Amino acid sequence: MTALLEVRNLKTYFFTLRGSVRAVDGVSFTLEKGEALGIVGESGSGKSTLGFSLLRLVPPPGRIVEGSIILDGEDILKLPEERVRKEIRWKRISMIFQSALNALNPVKRIGDQIADAIMAHEDVDKKEALERAAELLKSVGIDPRRVNNYPHEFSGGMKQRAVIAMALALQPDVVIADEPTTALDVVVQAQILNLFKKLRKEKGLSIILITHDLSLVAEIADKVAIMYAGKIVELGPSEKIYTEPAHPYTKGLMASIPRIGGSKELAWIPGSPPDLRNPPPGCRFHPRCPFAMEICRREEPPYFDVGDGHISACWLHKEGISKS
Amino acid sequence: MGIKIEELSSRDDIILAGIGVKMYFSLARSISEILARKSRVVKAVDGVDILIEKGKVTCLVGESGCGKTTLGKLIVGLYRPTEGSIVYRPSDELSKVLLDAGVPYIESKGGLLFDMAKARGRALKMLRREIQIVFQDPYGSLNPRMTIKDILEEPLIIHGYKDEKERLEMVIKALEDVKLTPPEEFLYRYPFQLSGGQRQRVNIARAIILGPRLVVADEPVSMLDVSIRAEILKLMLDLKERRNLTYVFITHDLAVASIICDYINVMYLGRIVEYGPTDEILLKPKHPYTQALIAAVPSPDPKGRWRIKEVPIIGEIPSALSIPPGCRFHPRCPYAMEKCKINDPPYFEVGYKHLSACWLNEGEKVAKI
Ligand SMILES: Nc1ncnc2c1ncn2[C@@H]1O[C@H](COP(=O)(O)OP(=O)(O)OP(=O)(O)O)[C@@H](O)[C@H]1O
Ligand SMILES: Nc1ncnc2c1ncn2[C@@H]1O[C@H](COP(=O)(O)OP(=O)(O)O)[C@@H](O)[C@H]1O
Ligand code: SF4
Ligand code: SF4
Ligand SMILES: [Mg+2]
Ligand SMILES: [Mg+2]
Repeated sequence: MTALLEVRNLKTYFFTLRGSVRAVDGVSFTLEKGEALGIVGESGSGKSTLGFSLLRLVPPPGRIVEGSIILDGEDILKLPEERVRKEIRWKRISMIFQSALNALNPVKRIGDQIADAIMAHEDVDKKEALERAAELLKSVGIDPRRVNNYPHEFSGGMKQRAVIAMALALQPDVVIADEPTTALDVVVQAQILNLFKKLRKEKGLSIILITHDLSLVAEIADKVAIMYAGKIVELGPSEKIYTEPAHPYTKGLMASIPRIGGSKELAWIPGSPPDLRNPPPGCRFHPRCPFAMEICRREEPPYFDVGDGHISACWLHKEGISKS
Repeated sequence: MGIKIEELSSRDDIILAGIGVKMYFSLARSISEILARKSRVVKAVDGVDILIEKGKVTCLVGESGCGKTTLGKLIVGLYRPTEGSIVYRPSDELSKVLLDAGVPYIESKGGLLFDMAKARGRALKMLRREIQIVFQDPYGSLNPRMTIKDILEEPLIIHGYKDEKERLEMVIKALEDVKLTPPEEFLYRYPFQLSGGQRQRVNIARAIILGPRLVVADEPVSMLDVSIRAEILKLMLDLKERRNLTYVFITHDLAVASIICDYINVMYLGRIVEYGPTDEILLKPKHPYTQALIAAVPSPDPKGRWRIKEVPIIGEIPSALSIPPGCRFHPRCPYAMEKCKINDPPYFEVGYKHLSACWLNEGEKVAKI
């Protein structure tokens, strides 16, 4: 069986005057129908750029330079833009952008905004599109009678839900949610996660949740990819990632999660992520890694299989390596 | 807390107290509202009693819009309360100045507590110096056209430091205190040349450069990544020890509160609904709103991922323009009773220094402090 979505060795660079930023640098993963994948990493690790790439919406001076994005057996990087616009973007893969709260047009009714998105892709009249907009609002827990409201009449949580409704308007197979709840409170955040859970159970929606919050990801993801400096350094089933993190970076992230009723000691990963114009040689994490060895400074670690579909790019997994 | 003056007087550990504090903002009205004589008043803070213990970290938590920042600004004296008062126990030096200026005070075992709203002129300036604030947004709160040196010198110039060399020394010392080292490397940089974490360090440096005694920190880490977050929190705790500070720490993240706070005040729609020592609040919450907040915190455990998470409250926080009558939480409360719709619950003492404003706790005795 082939996966719904398969990303292979994807590279997206920004060609700036001061050099090329390797924001996404050789990323691979698969996503099945109804599956939820969490992508976690620090700010600047390339998460949003990865999301834009999957939609073929990388802003200039960025460009996808290599790799493939295979949806249902077809590489969408090989398709003409015309077909992507008509058949793929929003219809099969859609995205809830970071800072979605500003994504709504302030002078246009919510319902009209959703209806326009529907009419741009499907041959339906305004009346039918508005009915569907109301239906969509209902499905995200907003009273459908508020379809004629303007964005400023909605609270932050409602706006976020409206943006989600818009991303779902064309019944995509995959929705990418980029930090969908960072600006929201825990209560609203939990309500929105519940909404995602419902959609994937009932409609078989596949979800890619992008965030820097490991706790949030645990609430929904079946598998988790940890990104560092443009690369996935660890990928595996959630159970494994949370109970037996393999990569030193993941371990550091896990240790720095504050927990209620947990330790009162503050832990963190010293240092900061590298400049992606000029990442360190070898393992990109080596300047911050407490276990860095000679080889880490020279050679980039490949992925090691640590069992049950769980991989980690770290030299510590190599048999017989000297760990001194 | 229904703070009574006598009880405040018997304490020796209070650096600041708010008594019946209200902060109302009037909004612009439409013509029809003016004709209908309808006022539009945002009750951002609506009857807050709060005690801040010296040398401790006191948290304000609650959903967006519940009045945390407004209360923080009241505490540092950026707003004058519409009603009620905020009293502060200053340094001995300032105490003399305030006494001479005839500012009203309450006596307490620990010293005199002065009514901040009544300070003027030199006394007010000194007061501002002793109580500082670190603002919510590390990106928006630094002037992009000023260098770090200019940003940090600004409060010094305002407070009359005329000697340029002395100012530079103080700036360097502050940069060292927040671990922006070597300081020379940061002096002439602009905010956009710093990472989010470094900007927040500059914000903290600006707040401590005048040697305050009380610092209000408004969501100092919520815009930062988890790994930078811990570093900044550690820095703040170290500074507190080194410089004998008291913190009022505003956050909506209960997990952060659990690590750094001694006491937690849970705010809802302009009021404190529960107050107590951190572990009491987080492990034995009594108010239904606090219980819901804690239930909603995501936990880093993937086992529950197929379950719909029960968050035992519905809907969202109502607007501060129209606060529900009775218990202001009743439209969202799963336990709301008839009387909740009519009568606002007082505070009930539910444990040591632990108060909850909920009729469910009525059996317990009514709180004094
Ligand atoms: N200057 C002002 N004029 C009018 N309304 C105001 C003003 N400042 C705050 N408010 C209102 O007062 C209420 C409380 O706002 P405040 O900023 O204190 O909330 P907060 O708890 O800090 O929220 P957040 O977590 O989003 O920062 C809100 O309804 C807000 O819109
Ligand atoms: N439009 C752009 N021009 C140049 N560099 C960019 C642009 N967008 C992102 N980058 C760079 O790409 C890297 C990854 O950014 P991003 O994908 O936004 O990370 P994340 O979402 O994980 O925070 C960063 O180094 C960022 O500065
Ligand atoms: S490869 Fe080396 S530097 Fe990189 S994470 Fe593993 S031990 Fe650390
Ligand atoms: S007083 Fe009533 S409505 Fe308010 S929190 Fe308690 S039970 Fe709920
Ligand atoms: Mg991003
Ligand atoms: Mg605020």
